[in-house]
Amino acid sequence: MASAADISAIKLRRDTDLSLAVAAAALLACLIVAPFVLYPVFLMKALCFALFACAFNLLIGYVGLVSFGHALYFGWAGYLAAHAAKVWGLQPELAVGIGTATGAVLGLLGGVVAIRRQGIYFAMITLALAQMMYLVALRVKLTGGEDGIQDVPRGRLFGVLDLNNEMTMYAFVLVVVLAAFFLIYRIINSPFGEVLKAIRENEQRAISLGYRTDRYKLVAFVLSAALVGLAGSLKSIVFQLASLTDVHWTMSGEVVLMTLVGGMGTVFGPVVGAFLIVAMENYLAPLGQWVLVIQGAIFVVCVLVFRRGIVGELANWLRVKL
Amino acid sequence: MFEIFGIPSQAMFAQLLLGLINGSFYALLSLGLAVIFGMLNIINFTHGAQYMMGAFVAYMLLQYLGVNYWAALVIVPILVGLTGILIERVLLQRIQKLDHLYGLILTFGLALIIEGLFRDYYGSSGQPYDVPDALQGGHNLGFMFLPNYRAWVIGFSLVVCFGTWFAIERTRLGSYLRAATENPTLVRAFGINVPRMVTLTYGFGVGLAALAGVMAAPIYNVSPQMGSDIIIVVFAVVVIGGMGSIMGAILTGFTLGIVEGLTKVFFPEASNTVIFFIMIIVLLVRPAGFFGRSA
Repeated sequence: MASAADISAIKLRRDTDLSLAVAAAALLACLIVAPFVLYPVFLMKALCFALFACAFNLLIGYVGLVSFGHALYFGWAGYLAAHAAKVWGLQPELAVGIGTATGAVLGLLGGVVAIRRQGIYFAMITLALAQMMYLVALRVKLTGGEDGIQDVPRGRLFGVLDLNNEMTMYAFVLVVVLAAFFLIYRIINSPFGEVLKAIRENEQRAISLGYRTDRYKLVAFVLSAALVGLAGSLKSIVFQLASLTDVHWTMSGEVVLMTLVGGMGTVFGPVVGAFLIVAMENYLAPLGQWVLVIQGAIFVVCVLVFRRGIVGELANWLRVKL
Repeated sequence: MFEIFGIPSQAMFAQLLLGLINGSFYALLSLGLAVIFGMLNIINFTHGAQYMMGAFVAYMLLQYLGVNYWAALVIVPILVGLTGILIERVLLQRIQKLDHLYGLILTFGLALIIEGLFRDYYGSSGQPYDVPDALQGGHNLGFMFLPNYRAWVIGFSLVVCFGTWFAIERTRLGSYLRAATENPTLVRAFGINVPRMVTLTYGFGVGLAALAGVMAAPIYNVSPQMGSDIIIVVFAVVVIGGMGSIMGAILTGFTLGIVEGLTKVFFPEASNTVIFFIMIIVLLVRPAGFFGRSA
């Protein structure tokens, strides 16, 4: 006999699956129609940041690790992808692959150092590592210093599809980003993801159950960095530019903002947050330094009264998981 | 002229001095961070912005009201400290019971607001601030030239650092503070107003940052991003030293400043990243930091 609690749990599970499926379908429909209505370049930028934020959310939302230095992986992957496409003349899919691998390798190196401390120390360490690599980017030849790497060729995808066509480029970005979203969703809902959530809730208990939490945290960090690298590589191909902006600490802050606004630890939150913040920056660009002030104010307001974020509040109101 | 390891001693001592100056600021700032962390359990991300505010308020006082350096040294920490008290009362107190992460994010947001406002008004170029008349010029020590103002900065920051150490480790008020850090509930039961102490501690930490800012104004240009540049290095310093000990913060700050100065002599390319390298090595060898209790 199933108890009432079991039945309601099953019902919740079914509701959750349904609500997730509905939300995913709605999002997909929007993204397919969008390029006919809005600028494809704007949408591609938003999609890259959405992936950036989702990969970041994998750490903050599901393992409880706050990285304040994810610009490192975003920016450096972008540099390597741009370098591969421009100097080595590789096809875009290979350039993006190299960028993603860069993210993974740097994530492994950074992760080994950063996971040695917890909590706010972790945040400070990731920030310091990112600043170090920013200073390196300022100096070394590969990155082009203040100029960055400009005029990166978009090239032909698989040697066939010309990515200089905005719609083709958009389709490529959309397919890659959606595949990455699906991967993240699978990671969160795998047994591995369950262990990550256990670490978030109570690391000591997870250790006492026999999990080597450091290894789980490291793998999660590398996965996150690799996916962030994928986002950064795509961005540098789309904009044909890799620059210091993407490795600066303000970029690390921006992804925290996107995730916080959308909802930490929700599946769709970072996507919504990324679109909102990118749109906001687009419209507020003429205001100059006020963008910084407004971003800061959003941080403060979110922390004080809006900690669940938009999607988190919505999910709470509808009593479903999103 | 004699040489040390093939480096002219003149250049060596000049960099050493520069290192000590940077070290003074690292020490003052990491000291403030450690004091705030001990009491409020948050990492004050706004610290860099408050240091920048210190420099700017000193600049504004001189520019618009003709208030000189010496008066600014007293007035500015109080003024900026008061804004800190306001921040603690209005914002930080509300998130006391939440995860540390929110304190970090909130103070990060505040730092963006402050930096954005100053950038909007003053642009990102630096404003000059003259060395006070009494400290113009310098002395030739035979082996090097020592500008008076730099000697003052090193001396005064040592006094402030050890004064703070003394106040916290050796006075009655300091013992209340340390007790409240360990167990606030118990200390409250003894009739001590712990929330007020928390507020004042934050104000004091912020005041220290502002004081460092005033001292920095004649050395570096007064610019809106001077805070974010230094605070990340100070975070690395704090990771290396650990935040458990006041003396630890001071010693680590000065030592790393000197190390940075020496790196500039022997391996200039790495001079602005050396502290981060040291942080990595320390984390790999001794994760808790030199003076830290493990987090």
